[in-house]
Amino acid sequence: MAVTEENPGYKWVGTRPIRPDGLEKVTGKARFGADLVLPGMLYGKVVRSPHAHARILSIDTSAAESMEGVKAVITGDDFPDLAANGAHPSDVDVANNTIARDKVLYEGHVVAAVAAITREQAEAAAKAVEVTYEVLPHVLTVDEAMADDAPLLHEGMITKGVDPAPEEPSNIASKILHERGDLEQGFGEADAVVEREFTTKPVHQGYIEPHAAVADSNSDGRANIWCSSQGHFQMRAYTATVLGVSPGTLKVTAAEIGGGFGGKTVIYLEPLAVRPSQRAGRPVKLVMDRDEVFRATGPTSGTRIKVKMGVSKDGKITAAEVWMAYEAGAFAGSPVGAAGMTAIACYDIPNFVVEGYDVVCNKPRVAAYRAPGAPMAAFAVESVLDELARNIEMYAIDIRLANAAVEGTQAAYGPKFPRIGFVETLEAIKDHPNYTTELGPNQGRGVAAGFWFNAGMMSSATVHVNENGTATVVTGSPDIGGSRQSMALMAAEELGIPYESIKPVVADTETVGFNDVTGGSRVTLATGAAVVDACRLIVEDLRARAAKTWDVELDQVEWVDGQAQHVEGAQPPLSLNDLAAKSGRTGGPISANASLNSRGVGAGFSTQLCDVEVDPETGVTRIVRYLTAQDAGRAISPDYVEGQMQGGVVQGIGWALNEEYIHDTEGVMENPSFLDYRMPVASDLPMIDCSIVEVPNPAHPYGVRGVGEVGIVPPMAAVGNAIHDAVNVRMTELPMSPVKVLEALNAHDE
Amino acid sequence: MPRTHITTVINGDETEFLTEDGTSLLNALRDEVGLTGAKEGCGTGDCGACSILVDDRVTCSCLMFAPEADGTTILTVEGLADSGDLHPLQQCFLEGAALQCGICTPGFLMAAKALLDKNPDPTETEIRYALAGNLCRCTGYDKIIRAVQEAALEMRGK
Repeated sequence: MAVTEENPGYKWVGTRPIRPDGLEKVTGKARFGADLVLPGMLYGKVVRSPHAHARILSIDTSAAESMEGVKAVITGDDFPDLAANGAHPSDVDVANNTIARDKVLYEGHVVAAVAAITREQAEAAAKAVEVTYEVLPHVLTVDEAMADDAPLLHEGMITKGVDPAPEEPSNIASKILHERGDLEQGFGEADAVVEREFTTKPVHQGYIEPHAAVADSNSDGRANIWCSSQGHFQMRAYTATVLGVSPGTLKVTAAEIGGGFGGKTVIYLEPLAVRPSQRAGRPVKLVMDRDEVFRATGPTSGTRIKVKMGVSKDGKITAAEVWMAYEAGAFAGSPVGAAGMTAIACYDIPNFVVEGYDVVCNKPRVAAYRAPGAPMAAFAVESVLDELARNIEMYAIDIRLANAAVEGTQAAYGPKFPRIGFVETLEAIKDHPNYTTELGPNQGRGVAAGFWFNAGMMSSATVHVNENGTATVVTGSPDIGGSRQSMALMAAEELGIPYESIKPVVADTETVGFNDVTGGSRVTLATGAAVVDACRLIVEDLRARAAKTWDVELDQVEWVDGQAQHVEGAQPPLSLNDLAAKSGRTGGPISANASLNSRGVGAGFSTQLCDVEVDPETGVTRIVRYLTAQDAGRAISPDYVEGQMQGGVVQGIGWALNEEYIHDTEGVMENPSFLDYRMPVASDLPMIDCSIVEVPNPAHPYGVRGVGEVGIVPPMAAVGNAIHDAVNVRMTELPMSPVKVLEALNAHDE
Repeated sequence: MPRTHITTVINGDETEFLTEDGTSLLNALRDEVGLTGAKEGCGTGDCGACSILVDDRVTCSCLMFAPEADGTTILTVEGLADSGDLHPLQQCFLEGAALQCGICTPGFLMAAKALLDKNPDPTETEIRYALAGNLCRCTGYDKIIRAVQEAALEMRGK
């Protein structure tokens, strides 16, 4: 492990105990989204559009309603018309994506839902809902959608970010632009210039647990919802918007979540379970099957990206020009904004233009996917940088070191970086034995780097000291990858009691203050800071109680190793256990709340080194070894920091080599199963070597930066650069499947 | 619809349940027997989250009709621990942080048990191929493979 700052003697932070929720998860007891069963519960089933783009002429639910066991059938008309009510356009989009009103905009778009006594009855009833469509022409890619005569998804869509605003509507939702310096002058100073165009396909987050929700509505309009999500407060807000009710009427409880990677920050099922539950007066459970998950949730954008960059002989980047178009799917909101801000953020570049377009098309609405938008841009920029390094005969790591952003560098998107650890990740790669391991025949080595902001946002925590001196730490951040452990480790460190004495809890929307989603790599940073704040309030309270007990001034009491000590040793120490036992006589229960809007995120950087072997006969690329170096700021829970690093890399390897949405000419997805949408399996991979770099974030009490996302940014370019090193072909399309590599090899030979 | 009466031994206990002919064993276990440890990730036998042992053979319970279970002996993740004592695989998964979200964990544990029952000293490659029918999207498999190696070592030492 590369540690760049001394660990200041923490007892719990940085250790590797067993996670608090582990036992339930290895014994089958943990209850995930689909595991809840309530008395009298009905099973729901959703009816989806078979067309990529069509007008709904009529929906006849009468046959379905008369079927045995059917208790409710709903359509878009059963929800408020938010557009007619003047709601915010983004809320209208959420509602229209949940259930279509006038038009369906992608294959899989919801048009109706049913609830029946048995699963089989619900499935039969869903098939009996008769929908009449007028099929409309569709567009599937950014090129089709941006064409002059393209059919429009939204007749009123005027491109934002263009001055003056266009008079005609189009499928371009918005334009972004970042520029600095003089591009022409910059390219004039270059000794080598490379220009390339890249395309990537939509890919799915691929969480193993399909979306699931159970709703139980009361006759007074209130409802309880249990669902698997990355943020039950967000689910409450979205569901209230779609239903047209106050958020306070809904109580949402977070089930254990079986993966999300951004794809469970949005709603799909919750309102479609609540409404039939209201109609039937019984709980309703809705669970997607895998086919529905692929056709109607996620994915992230397919893209087309052009990059032109120039460097001087000494390796300094003199200019960069980036043009990018990102598919948004059916509604505005691709991650092109983040892509534009991250594309060249690793480097200090004097002259650049970054231009991007958010483009709607007849595919499912994209959802966040781990560092949304950044990986595709990094694939393009890091591939071009690799080529430039070769052109001026410089090592791939060294050209990155020559241009690396450091503290004080003005990021391409505006602000100056505070202390960051990008250079340290580059050096960690150079220092690792993998960097100098000898390669075999048809093997190659590639380097790539990535940046992600990391989010802060809002969190709340409550800490209760129990009567025996143990503590319960309550937050509202669903634990998707071990965050209960990091909460417990920080609380143990603050309170000075054993990790095992802390019980971390993820509470429902009525039991703890507001928490934003588990996303943006923010939970250990922001919710962790709220836990630290609450623990410090507890310690202040405990010191005051000890002072009162001893009849001394507060400044005579310090908190050391879980006990109140008199600074001069004039009193025997009072442990947390002693103080908890006496709480009734010293002011009542010991409890504290803290809420915050995060005080400062810490930017995340990752550099990765990939060795591949390419079979020139088949075009198959095998990952031989892989190293990832990432700045965690402080690894509160090193096991789960490594887990995030390894998981991000392997998702990226899947994106690089296998994964893609394939649509037929009618806009119907052709590979909506794990058999045909092939994610990496254990036999595809080597171990993933990790080098945790720790350059503390000055804005967090323990230096945490957030580690969840940046690991997926470099892999596609790292793999592509390694393929180039192995067989001397430059891959510009994802996935770099055997067919495409073989085509490139054959073209190269001709 | 007529329902079929099924008699099995599940996790050591004789268990009877009623099921329709077209119901998967996975749905019967979850809905009729109340064992929700096996998960549905795909319903098509591609992800392995529903893996259980049927007569000691690792099986995707989503691909088996419930009536086919009549007369069989079934082990699910709920039966893996011996009266509260965790199986070495469970202990090593915990100690090695071999799970993040945990949805695939029951399937991996059952597939790994089937492997170690047959091959107590597998190579890394053998482990990777034995678990290639189980998808994990969180971990990148590294810590899962290491946990199975650790468990194998521990079980051979006994």
